[in-house]
Amino acid sequence: MSTLILLAVHIAALGLMAFGGASAVMPELQRLVIAQHWMDVRTFNDLFAIAQGAPGPNLLIFTLVGWQVAGASGAITATIAFCAPSGLLAYTVGQIWQRHHAHPWRIRIQAGLLPLTVGLVTATAWILARSANQDLSGWILTGLTLGIVRYSRLPPVLLLFLGGIYGMAVG
Amino acid sequence: MTSPTLPQLYLAFQAISLRAFGGALPWARRELVDRRRWLADGEFADLLALCQFLPGPNIGNLSILVGHRFGGAAGALAAMLGLLMVPVAIIIGLGILYDRYGELPMLARALSGIAAVAAGLIADMALRLGRPLWQRQALPGQRTRHLASTTMLLATFVAVGILRLPLLPVMAVLAPLSILLVRPQ
Repeated sequence: MSTLILLAVHIAALGLMAFGGASAVMPELQRLVIAQHWMDVRTFNDLFAIAQGAPGPNLLIFTLVGWQVAGASGAITATIAFCAPSGLLAYTVGQIWQRHHAHPWRIRIQAGLLPLTVGLVTATAWILARSANQDLSGWILTGLTLGIVRYSRLPPVLLLFLGGIYGMAVG
Repeated sequence: MTSPTLPQLYLAFQAISLRAFGGALPWARRELVDRRRWLADGEFADLLALCQFLPGPNIGNLSILVGHRFGGAAGALAAMLGLLMVPVAIIIGLGILYDRYGELPMLARALSGIAAVAAGLIADMALRLGRPLWQRQALPGQRTRHLASTTMLLATFVAVGILRLPLLPVMAVLAPLSILLVRPQ
């Protein structure tokens, strides 16, 4: 029981800090699961890879972490804990939003938070690449992916699939 | 147009969710604006701006706002469930498979390949999110603005990505600082 409460509290806090969505708080989630001894880095990276390859919103990594920590009840707790607090905020703020549509403060806050969001998502990419790529071939794959998505319209799911094949063949 | 019913809200967000690999928002636009015509372009852009402004999963926030607009609290719940039910069931199924077969060397290698690709996709996401920051315009104060936002971006990256500091104190210091220093165009 106490594990579920701990899981809910930590992940709810992450939800309220997730400016830019689930991808912005991956470094913090990885830090959390290691600090709590919920899993090792390799398991976390594996779960992240599974969540990226499965259909659905990016937040499914939280479902998988909850599953790993406390089974089905953990999976549901973690999913709700990540969505509910910020969802309630959206629900409330949504009403006020229309009236302050072009309010100078809203624009200031938005402009101020953008560099932080970009910094956080960059940190996610960096941490993920560093812990997933054991050797040069992994870094080449990461770099290649970045190049391909920048300059082509191939669907990400195809690239993830090819990455799996590459890993099996080369790793 | 008659207002969408609760099952329609559920199904619309389920359709968005099941097509979403690495980002649901383009699919949300296609489903809600182009296909079902529940929202006009401008209305969608407005809701999207709010969702990206707020913390939390963007698509989760969007489902709540759209559901609420058409069906009150029950609508918000229906849209949210549509977004989550099937993907959560699928991901738990994959979690079970991972528990059973995760130690197989073949699967471990495949997953590390997928993770390497995922890292590249996230790097691309960072570049796209930051597009307004890299755009160079000949406006007064542009260089100062550029310097301030680059400094804030790097400070966040180093604090969280390199030093691995906890997110709460980092945000508590950098968010007010950044709002103060980075002035909008």
